[in-house]
Amino acid sequence: MSTLDQLAQSELATGENRASAIADATHRAHVRRRLLLTTPALIVLFCAASGPLLIMLIYSFLSAGDYGGVEWTLSWDGWANVFMQRDIFDGTLSIADAHVSILWRSVKLSLLTTFTALVFGFPTAYFIATRPPRTRNLWLFLITIPFWTNLLIRTFAIMEVIRNQGVINTILKSLELIDEPIQMLFTDFAIMIGMTYVYLPLMVLPIYASMEKLDFRLVEAGYDLYATRFRVLRRIILPLVKPGVVAGSILVFIPSLGAYVTPRLLGGGKNMMLGNLIELQFGQGRNWPLGAALSFSLLIIVMAALLIYVRGVGKPESGHD
Amino acid sequence: MTELSNSAQTPTLRRPFSVRTQPGFATIAMVCFFLLYAPLLPLVVYSFNSGTSIAFWEGFSFRWYVAAWDNEFVQDATIRSVVVATSASFTATCLATMAALGTTRTRPYRGLTAIYAMINQPLMVPEIVTAVALLILFATIKAVTNYHGLAYLIIAHTAFCIPFAYMPIRARLEGMDLSLETAAADLYATPWKTFRRVTLPLVWPGVLAGLMLAFVISLDDVVITEFVKSAGQDTLPTYMLGQLRRAITPEVHAISTVLLAVSVAMVTIFFFLNRKMQ
Repeated sequence: MSTLDQLAQSELATGENRASAIADATHRAHVRRRLLLTTPALIVLFCAASGPLLIMLIYSFLSAGDYGGVEWTLSWDGWANVFMQRDIFDGTLSIADAHVSILWRSVKLSLLTTFTALVFGFPTAYFIATRPPRTRNLWLFLITIPFWTNLLIRTFAIMEVIRNQGVINTILKSLELIDEPIQMLFTDFAIMIGMTYVYLPLMVLPIYASMEKLDFRLVEAGYDLYATRFRVLRRIILPLVKPGVVAGSILVFIPSLGAYVTPRLLGGGKNMMLGNLIELQFGQGRNWPLGAALSFSLLIIVMAALLIYVRGVGKPESGHD
Repeated sequence: MTELSNSAQTPTLRRPFSVRTQPGFATIAMVCFFLLYAPLLPLVVYSFNSGTSIAFWEGFSFRWYVAAWDNEFVQDATIRSVVVATSASFTATCLATMAALGTTRTRPYRGLTAIYAMINQPLMVPEIVTAVALLILFATIKAVTNYHGLAYLIIAHTAFCIPFAYMPIRARLEGMDLSLETAAADLYATPWKTFRRVTLPLVWPGVLAGLMLAFVISLDDVVITEFVKSAGQDTLPTYMLGQLRRAITPEVHAISTVLLAVSVAMVTIFFFLNRKMQ
């Protein structure tokens, strides 16, 4: 009996082995087919997205050619020049004030933009999420339209509104509140307003996405326990929609930091941001290694922000499940 | 008795307490919607100005639309924009459909995370960084091969359009299970036939949505185009960027208004397509 049992057992085991071997083989074939389907997209992305980044990384360690381009000798100058500058006459290194101030302006304006967008975006997302389902889609649609319209056109629109003969100054003048137009275009303020305007939908949409899932019975429970409106907002709603708030802030912060068109049009030549400084190195600056190093510095800040996002949002969410 | 009636009356006199409102939020939201759309108004209005000024209204006319239409540079830039956007969005959608079929509805396999990272790279890396990286690569290729055609623009646009096309297709695929495809295979359909007759019709709204998103994204691109294009290869947005640094005439307003209308039309179609999908 027991031998028979053992026999059956082993039979079963080999059967299982065979079955699992077949399953493995089919799984491998399945994976191969899937990889084959994905390959063409990956090739294009490698040629025109990841590959060029790798080449640029190499360029950041070469020395600058006299008329743009690079010379194939190893050099740390590109990276050193991000924060330092070498005196042309005596060759001493000092802090590059211009670069530091541009970096500071980029970070400052991006943070201000993120904050302003949050101040306007949070109530708007809340407003949309509390509409009845029928009208909700319409409001959402109204937020999405600017998101998909040309960034250049929207920047241009802001330019038209705030320039010296623009709508705001004309109105203020006709009301005789001012004699001379207020200079708003070509200032840091203009860049901040422009970026907030352009990236606001990026703040509203993720906050709305988490607000939509908010269980209002919890809010009701808060009121039943005599919480004030502000307390309910701070202690119940905000913690629950935090992932959306963080996602929205990151989505606004990252493109603001790398903005190029908006500061170029609204900041003029003087008020540069990191994106314009990078462009300068490939144009008049003729310092490709520095441009490459600056690009990677920007990329590092962006990756750090993304990491904070993953750390901050990824964990608590998995904790809930 | 009076006390009772009092307490019964107070709630009817006051506005009913709503758990869903926060004070001032609706006002801020309205201000927000107003601020989003108000700046576009002067842009559209001045495109119909009959005078040369962009500050004084001199009467209604289509003068600047005609001027833009007759402008050789605008014509060239428009054709170039449409050619690039059409080829890039079409290629990107084909590639993204295949990639979405390869990455959804499967047990996670090794390398899947890396594939996701690569597909989403254009969304995460700032555009200016990709733009200068492409400039470095293409400047070398241009110098070596002496080819200065549109292919550079099309490849660059295809790459950053892939994630935008991929997102709706993937979302659509994830809502479908494999049972219909399995049934087709059980009925001796070849893999190609299964794809053609079962998978593709089901995933079609996602593919269309992806195609349209990719088209709009490619049509609107400024930064990457500005750095990749060869001399005299302006698309509409880079032409406008050039014009904005000179003396602006309402012609730019006219072009902007047309582009704005195209975008709004596309998004509206996308919106209704999306709604039909749900």
